[in-house]
Amino acid sequence: MAKASITFEDINVTVTAPAGTRLIEISEKVGSGITYGCREGDCGTCITKVTEGWDNLTEASVLEDKILRENMAGKHNRLACQAQVLGGTIRVKPV
Amino acid sequence: MSKLPILTVDGVPQAVALSERVHWIGALDPNLRTFDIILKTANGTTYNAYVVRGSEGVAVIDTVKENFADDFFARLESVASYDEIKVIVLNHLEPDHTGALPELMRRAPQAQLYISQKAQSMLKALLKQDEFDFTPVMTGDKVSLGDRTLAFFHTPYLHWPDTQCTYLVEEKTLFSGDVFGCHFCDVRLFNDVVGDFRFSFEYYYAHIMRPFKDYVNRALTLLEPLPLTTILPAHGPLLRDQPQRYMQRYNELSRSALHSEISSGEKTLLIFYISSYGNTRRMAEAIYEGAMTIEHVRVSLYDLEGSEVAPFVDLIEGADGILFGTPTINGDAVKPVWDLLSSLVVINLKSKLGGVFGSYGWTGEGVKMVEDRLRGLKLRVPIPGIRIKLIPTDEEIRICWQFGHEMAQDLMGLREAKVIDIADLAWEAVRE
Repeated sequence: MAKASITFEDINVTVTAPAGTRLIEISEKVGSGITYGCREGDCGTCITKVTEGWDNLTEASVLEDKILRENMAGKHNRLACQAQVLGGTIRVKPV
Repeated sequence: MSKLPILTVDGVPQAVALSERVHWIGALDPNLRTFDIILKTANGTTYNAYVVRGSEGVAVIDTVKENFADDFFARLESVASYDEIKVIVLNHLEPDHTGALPELMRRAPQAQLYISQKAQSMLKALLKQDEFDFTPVMTGDKVSLGDRTLAFFHTPYLHWPDTQCTYLVEEKTLFSGDVFGCHFCDVRLFNDVVGDFRFSFEYYYAHIMRPFKDYVNRALTLLEPLPLTTILPAHGPLLRDQPQRYMQRYNELSRSALHSEISSGEKTLLIFYISSYGNTRRMAEAIYEGAMTIEHVRVSLYDLEGSEVAPFVDLIEGADGILFGTPTINGDAVKPVWDLLSSLVVINLKSKLGGVFGSYGWTGEGVKMVEDRLRGLKLRVPIPGIRIKLIPTDEEIRICWQFGHEMAQDLMGLREAKVIDIADLAWEAVRE
């Protein structure tokens, strides 16, 4: 299975994880400062800045885009509970 | 004796004039004793709503709780007809301010609704319909009523994501929503003539606004420069006498009380423990020793048996990291730990460092349970907790020392870059 390498910049930890894993699942296991609320893509608590490897995540759904817009998320922000890793190198940090 | 505002005539609720163009059309709820489960009130509350009349139309700012809608509509009808209403502004969508909204929209279908950008999804959930017309607004947006202008200020998280304040430019009047409000019911309405409500003002801040101090400070940078004659909040007395004082008080409450002796380059780590036979205490002491070896970390060790909860809540609010030591008794962490953890809702904990340890007799679930709670409270928990069966050995004490050392390193950003595979991250937080 394809693996991705995700670096959490706030704690300087890089994790390899299988494609399809959601960012929040990795983040909570390593104790990054990306926090979550509903985990259902609705509350916007887990908005995360993707600093590298934007294309190595699944595309945001219409619903995720709507929540990002409503929360006035910046460029290259994603919901960690929705974005799944696809492969390659990704770097993220809490907003 | 001060002249009382006339709230009713022959039993019919009447609007109260605040200026030639602004009226209070709210409702009194003197019998309320508990608000939103979490707040007490000794003499009830008010749901304040307002009408602003411009040369080209009328604006209604906020409504009231649903079962007080009759008072609201009667007061509204005493100063305006429904077909004059051009604008409805909702500063905050909580049901105590939007209870009369569906009926108001039905009676004044031509009125345009102005809500903050973040309020859209909440409005849909409140009205239980997908299609309705509204204008989302941000700081800098304005709406004209002819010779009166409403300007919007986005003040999120005071105390919901959607909250905003609305400023009546020509009268230097701020409709502040829940900000600067309190649960206090007094028929005299105005701050210079009601009973002493200072305790309610402080209590309201402590329970409603305190978790969002950073947002309070951001909002104050927007609001403090405004010329002000009156602040009209959504609950409690109308602040026509020296309104700046209430803004100033928010400013004071949103900063630390006593000057901190911790310098800006330092981080604080608090270790709380409770221990029945001294085993969890021995772990706590070793963790404390380990953390003390890292420069610029100010470590403190506290026995939960030695204090009431409230001072610890204050300590935690200012801390960078918090560790909890709990034994497991009857398959659970112990009550003093849960008591403290359930009292942290009034402060902002997001992204503070957290960790858990404890001794146990035969199961040891307490550590994992508290870790889950810390994550739920939005702390980051970077190092799996330690649980030790009964009396710690010298080797186990060394592991505790290392745990404290690494936690302090993490706090200072000194942990070395690590590369790990997710499969190696055992979810079970036990160090064998």
